[in-house]
Formats: sequence, C-alpha cells, structure tokens
Amino acid sequence: MNTFNKLLRSIGASVLDFCSTIGRIVIFACSSISHIFRPPFYGKELFSQFMQIGFYSLPVVGLTALFTGAALALQIYSGGARFSAESVVPSIVAIGMVRELGPVLGGLMVAGRVSSSIAAELGTMRVTEQIDALVTLSTNPMKYLVAPRLLAATIAMPVLVAVGDTIGILGGYLVGTGRLGFNSNNYLKNTVDFMELGDVTSGLAKAAVFGFIIALMGCYHGYNSGRGAQGVGKATINAVVSASVMILAANYILTEAFF
Amino acid sequence: MIMVQNLHKRFTENTVLRGVNMQIEKGESMVIIGGSGTGKSVLLKCILGLEKPDNGKIFINGQDTTKLDRNLFLSSFGMLFQNAALFDSLTVWKNVAFRLLQGSNKMSEKQAKDIAVEKLRRVGLSPDVAEKYPAELSGGMQKRVGLARAIAANPGIIFFDEPTTGLDPIMSGVINELIREIVVEMGATAMTITHDMSSVRAIADKVIMLHDGLVQWSGVIGDLEKSQNPYLNQFLNGNAEGPIEAVR
Repeated sequence: MNTFNKLLRSIGASVLDFCSTIGRIVIFACSSISHIFRPPFYGKELFSQFMQIGFYSLPVVGLTALFTGAALALQIYSGGARFSAESVVPSIVAIGMVRELGPVLGGLMVAGRVSSSIAAELGTMRVTEQIDALVTLSTNPMKYLVAPRLLAATIAMPVLVAVGDTIGILGGYLVGTGRLGFNSNNYLKNTVDFMELGDVTSGLAKAAVFGFIIALMGCYHGYNSGRGAQGVGKATINAVVSASVMILAANYILTEAFF
Repeated sequence: MIMVQNLHKRFTENTVLRGVNMQIEKGESMVIIGGSGTGKSVLLKCILGLEKPDNGKIFINGQDTTKLDRNLFLSSFGMLFQNAALFDSLTVWKNVAFRLLQGSNKMSEKQAKDIAVEKLRRVGLSPDVAEKYPAELSGGMQKRVGLARAIAANPGIIFFDEPTTGLDPIMSGVINELIREIVVEMGATAMTITHDMSSVRAIADKVIMLHDGLVQWSGVIGDLEKSQNPYLNQFLNGNAEGPIEAVR
C-alpha cells in the first residue's frame, strides 16, 4: 500500500509539474506577444535576429530540402512503378515538399540550429547577470531579447521554407530528369499543373507557426535557465527537444485543420 | 536616501532575509559585509526590484519603491555587477552608452559615444578600447567598463556588487580607489556589497554586517575595529571558531 501511495504521489507530482510548466509557457508566450505590439520597438535587434535565424539557416535548410526532394523522387518512382503510376513523381514530390516535408524538416533543422542557439545565448546572459543588467539599465528584457526573436523567427521561417520547397522540388527534378528519364518540360509542367494555392499557403502557415514555436522554446528555456554551465546545457537540450516535439504535434493539428 | 524597513524574503524553504532594517543617507557610502549566503545579494536585488520582497518596505528619497514609476526609479540608479555583466554582442562603447541609447530621451549615437569615451577615460581606459568587444578585455578592464557604464547617466545612487571579486590585490586597490573617487566626485549615494575587507576600508563611510538574514552590526567605519560584536570580530579576524558556523 505504501509503495502504491508513493507511486500515486510521484505520478501526481509529475502531472502537476507538467501542468505548471505548460501554464508558465503560456504566460511567457502571451507576455512576449504583447511586447511585440507595444513600443519601444527594437528594429536593429529585429533585423539582426532575422539575419541570424533566417539568412544563416539557409544552407542547412537548402541542403536538407535538396536531398529530401531527390530521395522522395526515387521513393515515389519505386512505389509508383508497382501500379504503373510513375508519372505522378513530379506532382507528388511538389505537393509532398510544399505541404509537409518542407515545413516539417525545415522546422526540425531550424529547431536544432536556432532553438539551441537562442537558449544558450539567453541562458548565458541569465547566468552572467546580463539580463539583470538590462533591467537596471531601464530596458525590459522581454521586449529587447524575446520579442525580436519571436517576431524574426515567425517571419523568417515561411521565407526559409519557401526557398527550401523550391530547392526540394529542384532536387526531385534533377533526379527525375537525370536518373529516372523524365522529360524536363513534362516534369516542370506536371509539377505546376497539379499544385494548388492551398498547398503553398498551408505549408507557409505551418512554417510561421513552427518559427514561433522554435523561438518561443529557445527563449523560454534560455530565459529561465538554471545556474552554471549545467543549467545552460540543460536549457539548450530542453529547448531543442520541446521545440521538435511541439513542431511534430502542431504539424498534425495544422494538417487536420487544412485537411 | 535609501531606507529599508523590516524586509523579509524567502525562497521555498530557505528564508534569506528575516526583517532587515537599514538607512543610507544621501551622499553616504554604505558597505554591506557578511559571509556567503547571508542575504547580501538578495537585499540588493530587492532594492533594485529584481526580486519582490515577501514583506517590508523600501523607500528611495522618501518614496515607496512599489509606487514609483519603474523606469524613472531605475534611471536614478547605476549598478556595477559582480562580473561586470557586459553585453557580449555589443562593443565597449555601446555597453557604456547603453542607457543613453534607449528610451524616449535617447541621444544620437555620436553624442552617446562621446560620453562613453569620456567615461572610459574617467575610469582610466584609453579611447582605443571603445571599439573592442568585452571578450577582448582583461577582468580588471571589464570591471572598469562596468564602472563606466554604471556612471554613464550620472546616477544619484550607485550599487556595487562585489566590485573586486576575481581581481588581483593591485587591481582591487585600483578599482576601490576609483569607486571612492567617483562616488565623492559625483556626490552620489553608494551601496556596496563585499566580503573583501580592503574594499570596506577604502570605500565605506558606514558598514552593516548581515548574518542569517538579519543586521548583526552597523556603525561608522571608524568603529569597525573597536567593536566587541562577536559576529563582526569573527568575520574581521577570519576565525573558523565563533558564533558564525562555517559550512565545512
């Protein structure tokens, strides 16, 4: 009975802890969003973060998309050949990239790169009292550090994903025409003909949500980092893991919404 | 003037401040001493508004800090952090001029840079340092930059948190001397937290000793060595035996 009580208590404590963490994240997110719309605005910080999050993530997103598009073309060809549907390769590569793989894989790659970087930077600032210093210099850290990162990531991710989608389709095109024997013009025509505006907008909307999640998790865990190098390390891990899991969960919810 | 009345603060099971009372007159330099974990930094953070007290009141120039406009309240302060807390991503002059470049009354970059260079010169740093990044400076130079940042907006009240931590004795002496000179020159009210007795002797007009979240002794610097207070004597002499239990 005693062991059963202990087990129940432990489960209860974990559930309460989980709920309080969710509550803290929601409060943090609401506070951050409110700071995005209230002055003062830090334009230079926003631009700098846009470059850090968006521009410098282009290589990793581009390479991911290129190889994914190429592999996708091979897989669809291999599967389609079983029921004589090889011709669907261009359209399925395009739709698959734009609706699903571009935003999700791009989101996961950026989560690894950006969430960790934000969490480590803010965590180090917390540990070395730089966040306290901001407060004493009459600057709200939520406004100066968090709001620009959230806004920059939310704007940059759709741009990154749009570029990634294009490169992914290019990967499929290169394999399709170079290895699978598709005619170049026919491949491009099939790619464009079967694509709808909704495919593109749903993918970009997902990307914006994923961008918000990536920056939110990085900022939340970094801002509330524990003491010392271990605290910063833990914040970094938590940021990447929680951002990745939330991206996958949000992807399902958004796919249902756009279905 | 800073007045603290019956200040209490606890973190979950750990009660850090148990009713601290103290007063710092305008233009006075008060040093707070005490062992590690006695509540010195928490007291400072409560005064700065970085921590919310559980109980008690803090008055700055007669006004309750909870009722003051936060930005106005903070703009009257300067603060030198224990490890300088310089912003890694900004150059030295932008660190010093940070406050001057924020807010509705912000200066032009040219004006702010001129002031930053002047303040850097005041703390003994050459203008060449202005374009460097904090990581390129030694610990002593970072402390000086932190000091320049603390005085950049000519605040009426300056806080120093362990200003000589991590510095060699010679550099500690230089920083102590600078703090003393600047505080006197600006006519500022100063509150310093330290357990470095050379800082106490160089900077203090008055001293408060905190132990176990309470003020154990307070008096003017001249009375420090004459005191018969057992806590203070143990601290000054660095004895392991006495009323203060050393954590082994």
